[in-house]
Amino acid sequence: MFSFIGRSIVQKTITLFFVSVVSFLIIHLAPGEPSQIDPMNPKFTPEMVERFQKEFHLDEPLYVQYVYFYRDLFTGKIVSWKDNQSVLSKIWERFLNSLPLFIVGTLLTWTLSFPVGIRSAIHRGGIYDRSATFFSYFLISIPGFFFAYILIILVVRVFHVPVIGMETFGMGDAPWPNLFMDRIWHLLIPSLLGATGGIAVLSRYVRSQMLEVEGQDYVRTARAKGLPPDQVHYKHALRNALLPFVTMFGLILPGLIGGSVIIESIFSWPGMGRMAYEAILARDYPIILTVNFLSAVLVLAGTFISDLLYLAVDPRIRL
Amino acid sequence: MMEEPLTENTEILDGPQAPKQSRFAERFQLFNQNRLALVGLVIFLAFFITAVAGVVLTSGQDPVFNPALVRLQEKLLPPFSRPNLETLKAHEAPTLGIYLLGTDDLGRDVFARMLQGAWVSLTVGFVAVGIAVIVGIFMGGLAGYYGQGGICYDQILSLLLLLSGIIFFFLGWVKLGCGLFGVGIIIFILSLTARRAKGNHFMPGWLRKTAFSFDTLIMRMVDIMLCFPSFFLILTVVALLPASIYNIMIIIGLTSWMGTTRFVRAEFLSLREQDFVSAAKALGVGNFRIIFRHMMPNAIAPVLVSSTIGIATAILTEAGLSFLGFGVPPPYATWGNILSDGKRFIFDAPWLTFIPGVAILIVVLCFNLFGEGLKDALNPKLSQE
Amino acid sequence: MRSEKPLLSTQDLKVYFYGRDKISRAVDGVSYNIHAGETVCLVGESGCGKTVSALSALGLIPSPPGKIVGGRIIFKGKDILGLDDAAMQKIRGNQISMVFQEPLTSLNPVFTIGDQIGEAISTHEVIGQDALENRCVQLLRDMEIPSPEQRLKDYPHQLSGGQRQRVMIAMALACNPDLIIADEPTTALDVTVQAQILNLLKSVQEKASMSILYITHDLGVVSGIADRVYVMYAGLIVEEGNTQQVFGNAFHPYTRGLLASLPDREKRGQRLHNIPGTVPNPAYKPEGCPFHPRCSHAVENCKTVLPEMISLGNDHWSRCPVLAREL
Repeated sequence: MFSFIGRSIVQKTITLFFVSVVSFLIIHLAPGEPSQIDPMNPKFTPEMVERFQKEFHLDEPLYVQYVYFYRDLFTGKIVSWKDNQSVLSKIWERFLNSLPLFIVGTLLTWTLSFPVGIRSAIHRGGIYDRSATFFSYFLISIPGFFFAYILIILVVRVFHVPVIGMETFGMGDAPWPNLFMDRIWHLLIPSLLGATGGIAVLSRYVRSQMLEVEGQDYVRTARAKGLPPDQVHYKHALRNALLPFVTMFGLILPGLIGGSVIIESIFSWPGMGRMAYEAILARDYPIILTVNFLSAVLVLAGTFISDLLYLAVDPRIRL
Repeated sequence: MMEEPLTENTEILDGPQAPKQSRFAERFQLFNQNRLALVGLVIFLAFFITAVAGVVLTSGQDPVFNPALVRLQEKLLPPFSRPNLETLKAHEAPTLGIYLLGTDDLGRDVFARMLQGAWVSLTVGFVAVGIAVIVGIFMGGLAGYYGQGGICYDQILSLLLLLSGIIFFFLGWVKLGCGLFGVGIIIFILSLTARRAKGNHFMPGWLRKTAFSFDTLIMRMVDIMLCFPSFFLILTVVALLPASIYNIMIIIGLTSWMGTTRFVRAEFLSLREQDFVSAAKALGVGNFRIIFRHMMPNAIAPVLVSSTIGIATAILTEAGLSFLGFGVPPPYATWGNILSDGKRFIFDAPWLTFIPGVAILIVVLCFNLFGEGLKDALNPKLSQE
Repeated sequence: MRSEKPLLSTQDLKVYFYGRDKISRAVDGVSYNIHAGETVCLVGESGCGKTVSALSALGLIPSPPGKIVGGRIIFKGKDILGLDDAAMQKIRGNQISMVFQEPLTSLNPVFTIGDQIGEAISTHEVIGQDALENRCVQLLRDMEIPSPEQRLKDYPHQLSGGQRQRVMIAMALACNPDLIIADEPTTALDVTVQAQILNLLKSVQEKASMSILYITHDLGVVSGIADRVYVMYAGLIVEEGNTQQVFGNAFHPYTRGLLASLPDREKRGQRLHNIPGTVPNPAYKPEGCPFHPRCSHAVENCKTVLPEMISLGNDHWSRCPVLAREL
């Protein structure tokens, strides 16, 4: 078992290394200069451009830049090119903003998908199943921002509740419960949006897993033993159907640093997604690369955790 | 009195049989059962015809419906509104006498733009997925079939020597460069021959061992690609490159081949072990023929399904990119473009958002339904009752 | 005819499966009786409907697409085909148990053996934890599984095929049922293990005076354990009788064909006999007697008229009027 962990960590570190190289190359090989040192930009005098170049080692060959970049990253000294603030602290700040969205969205997705998927599978072909299927397809197919605007219009017109931003402007002195409710209202729609796509996909997957398990021989044996239907479905079938989902828990991790750019743009939510988007526009390489790197770390950590969870949960696999 | 027994008539021995159906006909019938999938297919065909008609009707110097004609005096008119003929020149009047779907903020006929956009969106989807599928089948097939073979140490050695020889040569150390290059050539030739000749080992065993198998190599590449959040990656690359429709198609394609690779690899791995492949090999059928005639048809099914859904995703991605300002640049109209242009006027001219939005919704929905219907029809478990 | 009433009596059972454009008549009017303490064998090739008829007794036919179209199954005097699911649950595993063909896939891979056997007991009886564990250990011991205490904590994939099948039998026996239905329990196992399992079943039956309905296509097994044999073809019983009658003096061409196909030392060196043709598709059965296309004794009438079971005396019946005339 430990050899598995060791091998896995080594493999993932190698992958991480390659990811860092590839992302570095993609950014730097793209045509065009970072906007800070664009010689065309009249704001920058040649001296400033040169100073900028020296400070960020931009005149040195690529592999040297690579080393400098990652050295700075690991020592936490890395700074943004736009405003010279520490990248890591900027990321942290935006991360805290994105976190509530992420938590609420993930909770909604996981708590709603399972009951829907399981019920669809058990009553396959019935009204519930067919309408759930239809809704799932609908939600997967609608363009994100279109749906967002529809929801916004609906909520604003019907409930008269403001939904843009993290909180209503000017609420600073309001009593504590009002502030809290305000925050919740602002949180609700964006998280719901983020969750709907996830619910649609996940519930379909739950349904198909459950259907596959229900067709297995051991479910027939359970029935033949005289077990009541609840036990057959929720004890025997479900336990097997859930196996792949336990491993998916680990894969939630990368979502921490994602943050849908589109949703955050629409709601003017100052989160990670928008920060990355602004960095791309401004060609702020340190931020782009750092976000990329952190995301890769989370993906690899997530798959690692998934593998471990799978080991723990399936008795057939013992390394 | 004993009746005479019937003579043994071999033709009737098997009794009545199930009506014979070719495999294709059987699958088609299965597909037909699925109402929703049929609707999906029908609407997809309608979309396709609209797109083709659209490109015919809107391109050229003097198209039937002109999507690019700017008439500022007619801007932001709702659907079905009549043109104000006094302010328009003769050729500026809309073809059908009314603005079927209204006009946008530059006075352009939304109907014409939707027609043009249909073809562009379709192209983006198809080309992107086409690239992804080609790359995916190649990588997946390589990993699955030749998985165990790979680049061996001696090949790496010879390659390194050759390269370093060239480098040194150009750096000025001519003799050293030539020497290394020469040794590289020798090892290269030896590595080639060591595999042909049996028992003729010019190359010690440890050098002939595989350093990385193709399988590992390709799966590592898949892992690396998967570490990048897909929308971010597309956004990053599209933002850094000059805006162009071709760039967008290529980028979306180059970031979505991983799924197909996995499918194809999995199918090949399992098919390779199956008896019919061993049988074909035992009969002396060559490798290529085995792959294309025997294994590919089986592997195609999941690829086909994921392609239809991939086209839908590509169209949605393009819409998302347009929303952020990185979509297909003008003068091309895509439905994503139209949708995102409309976002500024969402309260004043909601049709600018609704029409393309609903159109995208319907087309993508149909692709998804069609894909799912295909998946059920092609599922071997379901076709045997 | 036996004087006492049978424990289980299937009467003219018809089970059809409804496909898109065809109806598969898997069981088309099957009747058999099982008396207390008796071992009845249901013999036939794959696809003749024997498993379906057995599953009907437990109400385990998947309800679309399958449907019980007619007939009755009388168990201990009551027609159990009409019972609702809650009532059937009390019978399954408790009075009638079933052992399936594939022991690996028939056991839940994520629960221990102890869990699964214990469940079979605790579903039907109120029993304390310790007593439950002791019962399970005793059951495994009866099945001649070594170190039963350790085995309880094992998972199915850790056991061999033969051991898993013993566990299945233990589960089936856990509540001392009156009838065990064994659906080809040894087909997936090695021959030597097969013999052990058969002996095990026999000894259990003697001890508990249980009835066994043994479903198989292997005539060798039948001759070893059966008291009464029912031969099935294309959803119908074509011959029934006790073991000596059917094996010694078969009166249906299909039975004779099956017996003749058995390799025999005395026929060494000769070509193996086979019945020409193939088993009919249950959705497209021939008119008249279903066996007539393959039958060397068939006459004109066989093509149109489905024969009834004809008594040959001594409770031996056959569905072939042509051969019955030889009496």
